[in-house]
Amino acid sequence: MCDKNIDSIIEKYRGQPGSLIHALVEIQHENHWLPREVMHRVADALQVPFAQVMQIASFYKTFSLTPKGRHEVHVCTGMTCHLRGAPKLLEKVEELTGLKPGETDAESRFTLDTGACLGSCSIGPELIVDGKHYGRMTPDKAEDVLKSYE
Amino acid sequence: MPRLQSAAELEKLRADILASRDPAKPCIAVCAGAACDGLDSAAVAAAFLAEADKQKLGGKLEVRTTGCHGYCEKGPNVVVTPGEICYFEVQPKDVPEIIAATLKGEVVERLVYHDPGTGAKAVHMNEVPFYKHQTRLLIGDNPKIDPMRIDDYLAVGGYAALVKALSTMTPDQVLDEVKKANLRGRGGGGFPAGSKWETTKNAPEKTKYVIVNGHEGESAAFMDRAMLTGNPHKILEGLIIGAYAIGAQKGFMYTRHDMPLLEKHVRNALAQAAEYGLLGKNILGSGFDFECELHFDVGIFVSGESSALMRSIEGNPPEPRPKYIRTSVSGIWDKPSNLNNVETWANVPQIISKGADWFTSIGSEKSKGTKLISLSGHVVNSGVVEVPMGTPLRTLVFDIGGGVRDGKTLKAIHFGGAMGGSIPADLIDAPLDFDGMSKLGAPIGAGGLLLMDEDTDMVEVARYLMDFLTKESCGKCVPCREGMPQMLHILTNLTEGKGKPDDLERLEDLAEVTGLGSLCALGKTSADPLKSMFRYFKPEYESRITGGSGDKK
Repeated sequence: MCDKNIDSIIEKYRGQPGSLIHALVEIQHENHWLPREVMHRVADALQVPFAQVMQIASFYKTFSLTPKGRHEVHVCTGMTCHLRGAPKLLEKVEELTGLKPGETDAESRFTLDTGACLGSCSIGPELIVDGKHYGRMTPDKAEDVLKSYE
Repeated sequence: MPRLQSAAELEKLRADILASRDPAKPCIAVCAGAACDGLDSAAVAAAFLAEADKQKLGGKLEVRTTGCHGYCEKGPNVVVTPGEICYFEVQPKDVPEIIAATLKGEVVERLVYHDPGTGAKAVHMNEVPFYKHQTRLLIGDNPKIDPMRIDDYLAVGGYAALVKALSTMTPDQVLDEVKKANLRGRGGGGFPAGSKWETTKNAPEKTKYVIVNGHEGESAAFMDRAMLTGNPHKILEGLIIGAYAIGAQKGFMYTRHDMPLLEKHVRNALAQAAEYGLLGKNILGSGFDFECELHFDVGIFVSGESSALMRSIEGNPPEPRPKYIRTSVSGIWDKPSNLNNVETWANVPQIISKGADWFTSIGSEKSKGTKLISLSGHVVNSGVVEVPMGTPLRTLVFDIGGGVRDGKTLKAIHFGGAMGGSIPADLIDAPLDFDGMSKLGAPIGAGGLLLMDEDTDMVEVARYLMDFLTKESCGKCVPCREGMPQMLHILTNLTEGKGKPDDLERLEDLAEVTGLGSLCALGKTSADPLKSMFRYFKPEYESRITGGSGDKK
């Protein structure tokens, strides 16, 4: 991550308190987490209290206040995926990565997350790694998928 | 492209676009909907483009990447026009064969639909069982449109309704037409859109807003993003017409942040509409000014609720507020704000073009028009379906959906996601209708329909839904924040065989209090699935208490 990108996002919204969420979303997409120091700079530039930045950043699930792994592993837990076997898939992914949802491993290889619903219900259960969808996933196939991410 | 200054200029542009296109020239439409995309339809589209390039077919054949065609189960989908020849489960290796056959006017028999029972073939879209029982007024254009090209939308008659509204109708006439059409909100409540528009229109403040709710947080509902990703201009056209009727100067599109393709298409559509002069000052020389901004939900279910959504647009946490003053009177920054769902807005252009009488000729007595349904769960053919209101559920489940997977029998039909309800299989002849389904305890909601087979554990389903909602509560109302975890606790005990005799009574109490003591629909209807379960599946719950963990384990 290059600080210049964060700078330009902050500059784009300087002096616009109403754009707080936009600014944080862009930084989250770019940097995958929100360091405290960056949130202080956002607060200063957009002229909102730091407490309000924290309120938004800690409330919405998209924002992460801790660094994420190199690869974001997402198991869809939407209703169709659930009916079609997501719980077993999640169990296997937890076992393979040694992580519970929300956690990142010590080597920063994976961050595991769950959530509903990404709307690809027809191909559930689904495993999504770094935005790439792996549909009609079984616990066995999940092992092969995760192996390909270092 | 210079801005279009008048309705005549737009019609001339449309005529030029149509004149430059040869309807007989074959076009290969590759679906890039959410499911097909997940099955790597991008590789299929790339293979088509590469092959067409290699054979230098630019003049003889067009390859188009489109939004969702509907039949997600059999993706990646490819439709070849003319003739609407449907190919299913297409892989990159099939591409040369499809191109060769298309150029010769032939069909690749092995890739068309084969009936799983009889082996009978269906080549054209209107012969495929999944499509032939549908009335695809809204989603039918998806295979004809590259969502990145406004010209494709103009070629299928897009923005003609806007031209008609701006040049031949007063705002009051537009409003009357929508009221007469009895267009009811597609987001869940089924509230008449015309009345809502009128409230905002009549509110005293001068500054007014219109909003597209494309949050679609309902689990297993994916039709709104199919529309918004596949045909963003249709929703935008509806929004501009609505703004004209209401007298709003600014609109917001509120949608998901986690669908990159959706974001790309909507951003592009807004930019193109502005470039063509369909947004901005003095639209088509009518004197009407309107602009539209894109906003994203940031990953919490409650932000789909109208007042919470508006807080979110203001840049605040999405906490709902009491509704003694409606958002249509006091919404974003306390200005009158009219919010409708994606599908509701998508219906507006055709009501203006074809009239309220035409619209009311479709559907049931009190629910007019068609409804988009996301069909999923234990169904053979999952996908996005569009049928007239009043269609029996049986048609949806069996004729279109192909019944239950793996030869099992149907146990329940669930509607409306986490705040919906489940009805037993023997109510399958009920018609799809806002009021009828609500009475049965399974309100249509946004339109996610799930089948559950004979092996489905209904206690576990209720536990799963409660678990989902517990994590999504914003925490403002105590009965919602604290009541749901208590219900979840009891339901979890039940699934683990640790139920106590008075558990069901306690659940009913908690359900009532949570419903009464919460501000927004999340808390109010959080126990609706549970109530439907008690209505239709109570013996299953009772046997869990008397018989431990039940017969399933």
